[in-house]
Amino acid sequence: MTESHISPAAVLDAPTALPPAEHEVLARTWSTPRGLWGFLTTVDAKEIGKRYVATGLVFFILGGLLAAVMRAQLARPESGLISPDRYNQIFSMHGTTMMFLFAVPIMEAMGVYLTPLMVGARTMAFPRLNAFSYWLYLAGGVMLYVGFVLNIAPEAGWTAYPPLSGPQFSAGKRTDFWAQMITFTEFAGLAAACSMAATIFKMRAPGMTLARMPLFVWAMLTTSLMVIVAMPAVMLASSFLISDRLVGSHFYNEAEGGSVMLYQHLFWFFGHPEVYIIFLPGLGMVSEITQTFCRRAVFGYPVMVLALLATGFLAFGLWVHHMFATGLPRLGDSFYTAASMTIALPAGVQIFCWIASVWDGRPRFATPMLFVLGFVIVFVLGGLTGVMLASVPLDLQVHDTYFVVAHFHYVLIGGAVFPLLGAIHYWFPKAIGRMPSETLGRISFWLILVGFNVAFFPMHILGLMGMPRRVYTYPAEMGWGGLNLLSTLGAYVLAAGVAVFLVNLIVSARRGAPAGPNPWGASGLEWATSSPPPAYNFGLTPVVESRHPLWTSPEGLPVMTGLVHAPREVLLTTAGEARPDIRESSPKPSIWPLLTSITTTVLFIGSIFDEWFLVWASLPVLVCIIGWFWPKPSHSKTVGAPEDNVPGALA
Amino acid sequence: MTRSGRWAAAAACLTLGGCRGLQTMLEPVGDQARHIGSLWNLMLAVCGVMYVLVLGFLGWALLRARRNGWRSADAAPPAATGHTAAEPMLERSLGSWTGLIVAGLILLVTVSFLVDRSLAEVGPDPLRVKVTAHQWWWEIEYPQQGGDKRVTTANELHLPLNRPAVVELHAADVIHSFWVPNLSGKTDLIPGRVNYVSMTPRRVGPLRGQCAEFCGLEHAKMAFDVTVESPQAFEAWRAHQLEVAPDPADAAAQRGKTLFETRACALCHQVAGSEAGATNGPDLTHLMSRAHLAAGARPMSRGDLAAWIADPQSVKPGTTMPRVPLSGPDLTDLVSYLETLK
Repeated sequence: MTESHISPAAVLDAPTALPPAEHEVLARTWSTPRGLWGFLTTVDAKEIGKRYVATGLVFFILGGLLAAVMRAQLARPESGLISPDRYNQIFSMHGTTMMFLFAVPIMEAMGVYLTPLMVGARTMAFPRLNAFSYWLYLAGGVMLYVGFVLNIAPEAGWTAYPPLSGPQFSAGKRTDFWAQMITFTEFAGLAAACSMAATIFKMRAPGMTLARMPLFVWAMLTTSLMVIVAMPAVMLASSFLISDRLVGSHFYNEAEGGSVMLYQHLFWFFGHPEVYIIFLPGLGMVSEITQTFCRRAVFGYPVMVLALLATGFLAFGLWVHHMFATGLPRLGDSFYTAASMTIALPAGVQIFCWIASVWDGRPRFATPMLFVLGFVIVFVLGGLTGVMLASVPLDLQVHDTYFVVAHFHYVLIGGAVFPLLGAIHYWFPKAIGRMPSETLGRISFWLILVGFNVAFFPMHILGLMGMPRRVYTYPAEMGWGGLNLLSTLGAYVLAAGVAVFLVNLIVSARRGAPAGPNPWGASGLEWATSSPPPAYNFGLTPVVESRHPLWTSPEGLPVMTGLVHAPREVLLTTAGEARPDIRESSPKPSIWPLLTSITTTVLFIGSIFDEWFLVWASLPVLVCIIGWFWPKPSHSKTVGAPEDNVPGALA
Repeated sequence: MTRSGRWAAAAACLTLGGCRGLQTMLEPVGDQARHIGSLWNLMLAVCGVMYVLVLGFLGWALLRARRNGWRSADAAPPAATGHTAAEPMLERSLGSWTGLIVAGLILLVTVSFLVDRSLAEVGPDPLRVKVTAHQWWWEIEYPQQGGDKRVTTANELHLPLNRPAVVELHAADVIHSFWVPNLSGKTDLIPGRVNYVSMTPRRVGPLRGQCAEFCGLEHAKMAFDVTVESPQAFEAWRAHQLEVAPDPADAAAQRGKTLFETRACALCHQVAGSEAGATNGPDLTHLMSRAHLAAGARPMSRGDLAAWIADPQSVKPGTTMPRVPLSGPDLTDLVSYLETLK
């Protein structure tokens, strides 16, 4: 995505705009230095968010290219296009990339960009932590792909079950690269989730009570809390694995009292919630798009919020359905069947509410809304096959077959990628200031919808016909060739659709028609500032009186003054009622997040090769953290009582 | 099969269910698979109805929007509160929809639970079989029965018709998964643990099973043949498996036997009735009675056998079987000997 020049006039015609003189002062306070130094030191959540999204899209393309190679290999039986070793690396890389480097980060990235704008805040809580999160994520992704080029890419699948991934059966450093990539991305994910949750709880505009929060913000809040609970489990799983491999511990060695099942429990205690971590933000995006393009508040707001929270809660009670074939006690398995099926209830209720909103609204079928319709068609099918997989006996048949491959692509592409593409199209004018092309948008949508279904629907049948997943080839006599060829053709149509979508972004960023502050006639606060927003987001802090401020106050948004223009200052409000609480300083651009992430990268990568890196390489990290936390001028004042200093600084 | 023939077969499978699938859950041959098959049919019906309802509602919403003229949408102010005239009706519909989902889930959970119970039941006088998964082949043992010794074979499972079988599952190295979809669901073989799966075959004929848990380089080529046969045929097969290999009659095969015993072959393989007694690799005493070699990688034939021995890595890259340097005549003699192992 490219920088767009913001004309002062554009900044000033938004409902929250300041008079030009004040804009000058505030813009200077919140500006990022120009050039490379600014690029490396920025703590602007919008900059970091855009960068995060762009990086996520790059990994999406890389993961997609790997998938294209796999489909070429599988297009006909006994194909010798790539060796089994390379194929196993490629499918491991594809899964790892899509789950850890694309889906989870890009959803958090959308949250990083959008959340402060949607809650009416100047920036995020902990902006430097946010910058640190991005750099660490980038380092982890680059490390994994450098490993791939050097033939040290993961080879044991994205799940890396021991003992296959253990020291005996995965010699060399391939699995270590995988496990350490987990450490990188989970660290980054946790950092972003903490920033996000703090922003949502403490930085909402005055009057934006919990009951008035946009549904996307509810989704991001649920997701962030889930990340905080789920990700430590997988970091534990991968750290034990590294420890087994590097220093000969026996966490997963049955012969020495360890347990291979421990890994699976830890992994799926994270792995199942991760699916919801990926698509809950997608559900939030669907709600935002639906209400804008149907010009109707989403039907059943309280039910929608409860459904999000219920999904987030239930997500932690059903990991065992990934392990039904491992021979666990049957009664316990049945509990997880019931728990897994229960998740269909909040999902089904939400689907009803969106369709009811279309039914009762006045829908306009612009590209984002088309992606929402595609989402319903694809995601519901994936959800229903999910109900099937929750059943122990049926799962024993289709588990680890192409049926499951079809299922999770329907859920993840349907539940996350369709909403994401719709959301990128929808918020593109806000972030870039120019309108995306509707024609290219429609072409990309139809190619993606048709290509996706042609690619993945046949996989259901292949699974029922007995084709296991993760096989680099299959004998001609099995009769799987025709459907596989069809699937490959569909995959290439899908790829063409994604290409058109990306071309649309690139072309429209240069040539699109200028977008005003609110090109879609939407209701949320992010549309109450200019497109793209100024560095400080909102000149005048908006005051929220309803769930849809721009719709209920068409003649002008109520605003609040009182924050100083220099130095940087943000407003903290109370967690429930969003009453103004504290005026808090916000950090300036800093190089320390980057330096800390570089030293942390050295520590992580070094420790793949020598355990003593954990000791010696932590010293530079310590130095960087001291630099980061070195006391700087800051302030924190209770609103309405300026003398009453609250100790401690937020940043 | 010709290319067009293959296409026709694939099309027939899709449209008519017309092919005899050796490895498919859609043509159950065992009690367990049949129960799961009924559950699948129920699931497909319930989920299919739900999907049609969702798409129907969506289609209705779109038609209604078209009738109301969606292009003039921008003229009226948006419904910001959501308290529209239709809201009470929608709320009642949501209640009904929720009730429908709950009812559907209760039905599916209950039936699923009952089917799961039925999978755990074992009929009277079960046949016991021990399967040990190796990277990338299956070791199959029939324990002692009466005065007989145990029978050890590889990559082939013989089951008597109508008699329940309990398969005891072990793994020698990494996690594998034992799966014969026409007979029952899959169960993992986990090193250091023992799992069981029971199956009661109800139709005579060949079937195929395959490893269903990614187990490394040659996961794709780790299959086994299943033969369901009459109890008499099974006992005959079992009795034959207990016989030791006879000394080969012709000179070439005799030379081949010596080669087998003195070269690397004997370090891994066993042939009862010869000096070769190692158990690292498959037992070859009755090699030629199997339909495939190298765990389904190739059909069993003289040519394939020779190609496999000459260069195992080109047939199954990564296999633990090494390439043993042999001259042309040595290879021919060795294959001649193996061909006597009927």
